[in-house]
Amino acid sequence: MSVEQALVLRGVRYRYAGADRFALDGVDLVVRPGEVVGVTGPSDAGKSTLCLVAAGLAPGTIAGVLEGSVTVDGIETRDQRPHEHAQQAGVLFQNPATQLSGTSRYVWEEVAFGPRNLGLPLGDVVARVEAALAALHIGHFGERDPARLSGGQGQLVALASVLAVGPRYLVLDEPTSQLDPQGTRLVGDALAGIADTGQTGIVLVEHKTDLLAALCSRVLVLGGGRGVREGPAAEVLADAGLHDLGVEPPSAVRLRARLAAAGVSVPEQAFAEAAA
Amino acid sequence: MIRGWTGPVSVFGAVLLTVVITGVGRRLVSFVVASLPLVISILLINTFIYPDATDALATVGPFTVTGTGLTVALQAALRVIAFALAIGVFVATTDLDDLLSDLERRGLGRRAEFVIGSAIRMVPRMVERAGEIVEAQRARGLDTEGRPWRRARGLVPLAGPMIGGALNDVEERTMALEARAFSAPARRTPIRRFPDSAAQRAARWGLGLLIVALTVATVGGWLNVP
Repeated sequence: MSVEQALVLRGVRYRYAGADRFALDGVDLVVRPGEVVGVTGPSDAGKSTLCLVAAGLAPGTIAGVLEGSVTVDGIETRDQRPHEHAQQAGVLFQNPATQLSGTSRYVWEEVAFGPRNLGLPLGDVVARVEAALAALHIGHFGERDPARLSGGQGQLVALASVLAVGPRYLVLDEPTSQLDPQGTRLVGDALAGIADTGQTGIVLVEHKTDLLAALCSRVLVLGGGRGVREGPAAEVLADAGLHDLGVEPPSAVRLRARLAAAGVSVPEQAFAEAAA
Repeated sequence: MIRGWTGPVSVFGAVLLTVVITGVGRRLVSFVVASLPLVISILLINTFIYPDATDALATVGPFTVTGTGLTVALQAALRVIAFALAIGVFVATTDLDDLLSDLERRGLGRRAEFVIGSAIRMVPRMVERAGEIVEAQRARGLDTEGRPWRRARGLVPLAGPMIGGALNDVEERTMALEARAFSAPARRTPIRRFPDSAAQRAARWGLGLLIVALTVATVGGWLNVP
């Protein structure tokens, strides 16, 4: 029997230690290499918990009870140690400042932090760092001080640092929430570049539905710890009930709704072209 | 019993020679200044109230300056300044990253290296953050200047966000480290190589052995430094 090459969550329930209710309550998700799957929902919907579970940090690092199954290319995350899972699924959080080790003088060293932890031969460390910097087009940052980067630049370096560990899947927990529009664009372009290679599967948790519309093939909407909508991004993000679920629809969808309310009919094709 | 000047003068001379050779004298002013409170207190206490000293040199009010006290004070002060200068030379001539990398290569655990490195690098960032918080509090009308008690009162709204923010960051930092295989059992790959000639190795071993020999000789009573 062949093993499914994907990051798979099946019937996942997660309850934090000391909590009464499950933060995730029966979530299913499949992400294959080369795919970008968006996850959105209102506050307290379980988005960050989903990231921790998918990245193998819960219950490993964050205490709690996990039910259901989380597998990466067929291997249960429960059976892996954190450093093993880090090579399968990397995670990026919101704040660039807390992603960086704080011990490196140069960006190059910061990106080398993960490969060095793995004890790889020096040649492999160099190759991974150069590849990660090149993938995000930030090779010119190499000699800069990580503490002196802008928010968007810092987030790119944090992303490169995770990429250098070599995961096949990336779990991104609102990676642009603390960034200005320029920083958001930087990170968005970088993620598009990674997705285009077809090698890496990405789970992108975001409130910014415009970013989800631009990058994702599928979207899962969470509410109260459960999946309340799932499907192709164009369908889910155009759902008329999205607003009632606590999610702001993408600007193109809102514009179309207003134009329709004003009696102006715009062909579907125009929005598709604008989004592209 | 008063000990002779050979010890303190030798130590001070050796440190001074190192300062001259390394050429970092100007950068050591702050280290000497930092040692002044201790030096001054040593001088005052020993000079004026050294126990059982009877060789009075002068009397200042209720205090008597004794020759014994003055000698002990000057010798101790010389040692403290030599110690401060030695630390200063070390800091001024040693790159922290190089030191930690080399120590790690020699077996210092990655956790120890991380704790030391991040703690040292965090200081200027915490100072920066404190400045930002103070500016933000000022913008909201908090008085952070003027009399000491007013400034002290300003510490309360500063400490809250500083400590709270730092604690808040810990969990996310921990997870970010795990995402970068920090707990991997492998030995970290060293990325810095340092020149280490046979002469340097011989000098290090020689100095180490000299320290041990002198300590043993002094404690055993075979060496009596005047």
